[in-house]
Amino acid sequence: MADQYEDGNALAGPLREVFAVDVTTAVGQCASCGTTAPVANLRVYSRAPGWVGRCPACDEVVLRYVRGPAAAWLDIRGAVSLRFPLTPDGG
Amino acid sequence: MGIVSPGFRGRRRAERPNLPPGQYLTEDFPVLSAGPTPRIPLAEWEFVITTESGQAHRWSWSQLQELASETFTVDIHCVTKWSKLGTTWEGVSLDTLMRDVETAAEFALAYSYGGYTTNLPLEDLLDGKAWIAYRYDGDELAPEHGGPARLLVPHLYFWKSAKWVRGVQLLLGDEPGFWETLGYHDYGDPWREQRYQGD
Amino acid sequence: MARAAVPGRLTGRLVWRIARLVENRTETPTARTVVFDVPGWPGHLPGQHVDVRLTAEDGYSTQRSYSIAAPADGETLELTVQRVDDGEVSPYLTDGLSIGDPVELRGPVGGWFVWRPDDPRPVLLIAGGAGIVPLMAMIRARRAAGVQVPFRLIYSVRTPDDRYYTAPLRRLERVGDGLDVAYVYTRTAPENWSRPLGRIGADDITAHGWPPDFEPLCFVCGPTGFVETVASILIDLGHDPGAIKTERFGPTGG
Repeated sequence: MADQYEDGNALAGPLREVFAVDVTTAVGQCASCGTTAPVANLRVYSRAPGWVGRCPACDEVVLRYVRGPAAAWLDIRGAVSLRFPLTPDGG
Repeated sequence: MGIVSPGFRGRRRAERPNLPPGQYLTEDFPVLSAGPTPRIPLAEWEFVITTESGQAHRWSWSQLQELASETFTVDIHCVTKWSKLGTTWEGVSLDTLMRDVETAAEFALAYSYGGYTTNLPLEDLLDGKAWIAYRYDGDELAPEHGGPARLLVPHLYFWKSAKWVRGVQLLLGDEPGFWETLGYHDYGDPWREQRYQGD
Repeated sequence: MARAAVPGRLTGRLVWRIARLVENRTETPTARTVVFDVPGWPGHLPGQHVDVRLTAEDGYSTQRSYSIAAPADGETLELTVQRVDDGEVSPYLTDGLSIGDPVELRGPVGGWFVWRPDDPRPVLLIAGGAGIVPLMAMIRARRAAGVQVPFRLIYSVRTPDDRYYTAPLRRLERVGDGLDVAYVYTRTAPENWSRPLGRIGADDITAHGWPPDFEPLCFVCGPTGFVETVASILIDLGHDPGAIKTERFGPTGG
């Protein structure tokens, strides 16, 4: 059975509760393998107690997100950095 | 609560009096996962219990199969709100595996192939409360449900029942695991609805 | 005069809004376009999506994401929903909603998989099944904005009965302003169809896409496996990976 993942576009709604900007266009560098990719291209496992975004190159965890009733938790230790474009074509 | 959409029922479910608070009964067996399904050849599989002093007790797949196993039926409760009643498993009790382990530890961190971890008090693995389970519903445990073997601790929310279990590290102090570091409860009793930290 | 496209904002307060069904249209025996009135809708860019939340009387609730099928048009929002067998949300949206019934939705979201009408690059759209939905929003937005940027669509479906938007796509192609549509059939094809049945491959993309030296912007949408296969083909053909945008629906749907 093929692994059940979608991509970081699925994080657009959930992460808009904690970021004032769209995060899916941010480019992240994987802390495990160094690959850079937009958050939109992460392999996202959403059938879980939270959201897990994994590197499309090495499958290690880049970010994790839990939306609880009163708080949201975000772990981005799996990214060395996130680079946010501040203009529409500032990619 | 969101506005009700008339006629929306969702998955076939019912609230029943013998379910923990906030849970819904399911007839199917949802597959939840935080990552790709690990594929571990049985010849390479092992289960390890490591004490707080570093002493390791190991079992290969064939050694695990030689241990006395139990077939048992339990209810399972997932923190994502589905409960499945009367699930039947076969596996080796942690009491059997811990029999010759000398430890003063009070806590355990279960870890899995693929990197998942979850923490719980050691006493919640003992006295008939936990198993390393390798058969479900009369068949080999399927990979998407944690096969070849998973930890089964049905009295706690099902995220504690680590799929693809690889070992248990015994610890003097509690160490939060994968979901516990992101807001989920260190203990996770469904009957007290301990989903998130602070519950 | 061409209707000006309402620019979607990618920032600003994101709230759950109540949307009420005003119309539905059949696309295929198992897919419907549902049209909502959403008071306060801020507009959106083609390619964006919404999260839809449904709540039952006992408080049980669940969410799914759906791509917006048409460009911004005041407070009207169109989604096209594929009914998934045994699905939890899709059967309700396609068959359970009556005119006037409410759902909650949050959006627009998604800043990656968007096309802006002021982008001068030629565009290659490759859709697998339900992946046509956000690409159709782009095609419709292009027409609404009156731009003539060359667009090529390659649309892969199992059978002719699985195609969404057959008539609108034919009409838009006949306008003759630079939209070309090609179909790939994997299981059943129309009579006298020259392409053999089978999954999309490099030959289809070479025949119906843009050559890499045109430096097109490529949008690929559909199930995860389809998207990854097509993206690999595009890269192997020499397209710049940075000009390929993908949206995977995932195998779950529902």
